[in-house]
Amino acid sequence: MTVILTDRAEHRVTTVGTFLSAADAERVTGWTLKPEGMCRDEACVPLPAGAVRGGAVDVAAFWRKLGGPVAATGAGDVLALGAPAESRNAALEGLEAPDFTLPDIDGVPRTLSQLRGRKVFMATWASW
Amino acid sequence: MVVAVAEESRGGDHARSWIEAAKSDYWQLIDTDHLVSDLYNLVNVPQAIWIDERGIVVRPPESAGSTDHFRRMDLATRTLAPDDMAARLAARQAYLDAVRAWVRTGKHALPAVDAAARQPRVTSEIAEARARFRLGVWLRRHGRAAEGDAEMAEASRLHPESWTIWRQAADLDEVGKASGPQFWARVKALGDKHYYPPARL
Repeated sequence: MTVILTDRAEHRVTTVGTFLSAADAERVTGWTLKPEGMCRDEACVPLPAGAVRGGAVDVAAFWRKLGGPVAATGAGDVLALGAPAESRNAALEGLEAPDFTLPDIDGVPRTLSQLRGRKVFMATWASW
Repeated sequence: MVVAVAEESRGGDHARSWIEAAKSDYWQLIDTDHLVSDLYNLVNVPQAIWIDERGIVVRPPESAGSTDHFRRMDLATRTLAPDDMAARLAARQAYLDAVRAWVRTGKHALPAVDAAARQPRVTSEIAEARARFRLGVWLRRHGRAAEGDAEMAEASRLHPESWTIWRQAADLDEVGKASGPQFWARVKALGDKHYYPPARL
């Protein structure tokens, strides 16, 4: 069992190396394996040679092709797929506030977009 | 509406005493993986983002009324000279006044072209630093401190401008380390650079 971390989720999947079943690859990345590559909405990203084997996808190779960073433990049992810089920049330059859900101090999930219609002053802090 | 986000990888209980002391009626969120820093490309705390009724960022990340006067603090007594303290409080008040003016009149909201120009740009090194930090926090949380520390050290090397990465890693190593001698040495090494770049109101 391998743990794959994305910016918003933690997945536990069966892997062979960094190969996942197409279904797990879709669940983790949001991209679907098709003959033309990994696809989402109208976009398709051709996969590098050797990145599909017996219906399984090399998720690390795909993610790097997408422009995203992959960090992994030495044992390969935990991978973190970071957001590609260009997708972050596109979102920031578009000015729509990136949405997120986080728990409040009592564990109640709060979603930023629930506050649409109100001005929001968002500030970070830390105890350290 | 105020949304306060604690960048706190040790979890909510570590922030609870401050939150309860604030007696706030706004959201107090706990961000153990620093997702907000990732999404908004933040480098320090406190940083603020102003978002209008449409969900549009009208002021990108900026220092939320904090100043660099603390760099002249007497570390033996942890006090500031009266003039520095007064200047610090004046800057904080000016920022709070600007926030209130925005809420009432819309003043200080930036035109879209200016807001977009002020958004901090994510590089491939920063993107990798975020992934390594995410992995490092997970490893720390699961009892794999040495591996986690190595990932966070690499994250800090990749993104040296991020005080949140370095200080959170220091705090996970040992409570208090984030504001200890190594922190002050790093601040001193900034030289003429700001720790808290002033907000351009």
